[in-house]
Amino acid sequence: MPTTMRINGEAFQSSSAPNSRLLDVLRNECDLKGTKEGCGEGECGACAVLVNGKLVNSCLVPLGQMEQAEITTVEGLPEDSTLARAFVQCGATQCGICTPGMMLAATALLAEHANPTLEEIRWGLSGNLCRCTGYGRIYAAIAQAAGGSADV
Amino acid sequence: MSDWIRPRHLPEALEILATAPGPYRVISGGTDLMVECHLAPERRPESWLDISGLRELQGLQITEEGIRIGAATSLEAIRRHAEVLAHWPMLAASAAVTGAPPIQNRATLGGNVCNASPAADNAPVLLAYGARLEIVHHHGSRWLPYGDFHLGYRKTALQAGELLSALWIPYPPKHSRGYFRKVGTRAAQAIAKVSIAALIEEDRDGIIQSARFGMASVAATPCTLPSVSQYLLGRALRDIADAQVRQRVKQDIAPIQDIRSTTAYRLEIASRLVLEAIHRRSESKKEN
Repeated sequence: MPTTMRINGEAFQSSSAPNSRLLDVLRNECDLKGTKEGCGEGECGACAVLVNGKLVNSCLVPLGQMEQAEITTVEGLPEDSTLARAFVQCGATQCGICTPGMMLAATALLAEHANPTLEEIRWGLSGNLCRCTGYGRIYAAIAQAAGGSADV
Repeated sequence: MSDWIRPRHLPEALEILATAPGPYRVISGGTDLMVECHLAPERRPESWLDISGLRELQGLQITEEGIRIGAATSLEAIRRHAEVLAHWPMLAASAAVTGAPPIQNRATLGGNVCNASPAADNAPVLLAYGARLEIVHHHGSRWLPYGDFHLGYRKTALQAGELLSALWIPYPPKHSRGYFRKVGTRAAQAIAKVSIAALIEEDRDGIIQSARFGMASVAATPCTLPSVSQYLLGRALRDIADAQVRQRVKQDIAPIQDIRSTTAYRLEIASRLVLEAIHRRSESKKEN
């Protein structure tokens, strides 16, 4: 039985096996390559997406649980946004592999805390690994996007 | 094509388990199972029973004796729950150090218990609080102290056709203090090298009335410390000989050497943590 969901606001039906990883459906069936596979074990957050507004690792989500789900990938975020500009301005991106997951973690965080403290930013991003920037600039970008000081 | 069943009601799920117990793999949050399937595709189950849609297994309810937590309740819901934070702060703390937010959004308390990892993050706290498990079958249910659940490495007391439906945790005794600590390589995501929870009850004169410990990553299963508990019973803090405690910790645990740690390190840290749990007078936020 195919699984019907909404991906970035559009209806999508997948006929993959229900135990397929959401990650593979997004990348291979939907051609949404912004969702990256890092570790494949739920450790790194490169494959993070939002399912019904909640941050999840798509490598750990079976397709069978996605019936009627609302999924947001990095392609579903606005191309130009305060958050995207802040990432650019603060130098929060280097190699870029972690960036989609970071953007989604930041989106989930800001939806809950419009003005997060540094501690809340660190917590919200604690499931996302970056091996280039050392996190400081990513935290700064999120603080700036929230309208706070970039000086973290 | 794999077989995936996502029942809406518990009786339906139990009937499926009772009639075809063997091949169905129970899945809820999937944060451990999906990793397993990816790493060993040849062992990937063909038939899945997805219990994430069962309302009976969701949510937290306060009762007179304590709290009932549906087995498929997410760790995120648990760590935020006001009553859990107020009365069972160690559980809120262990849920908050299980993986990271994207894991906690999906992982369930029942899943953490049934996956039966010796390093299970929430196991020590459940042991220290004296949790009981509600186990259901298509023709009935039974209760099991959580301390009797882990029979051996990744082997549990769940029998064919049975499902863990809820965890019951009693209110801690009035004059008790808790201690929880997870030791890992970093704050988020790490698998524990050693973790411990303790609930120690003293009377007005400082005599220990009860002391329950739960530990993970120090034996083939999450475990209690029966000889340490027995030694502490009826003693005042000033009469406790640290060497005696250390010797009993050694009797109670059987740590291994693996990629995360050595036997000697685990034994030493376990002893220090037990002593810290005993001697620390006041509960503070820091330990969470």
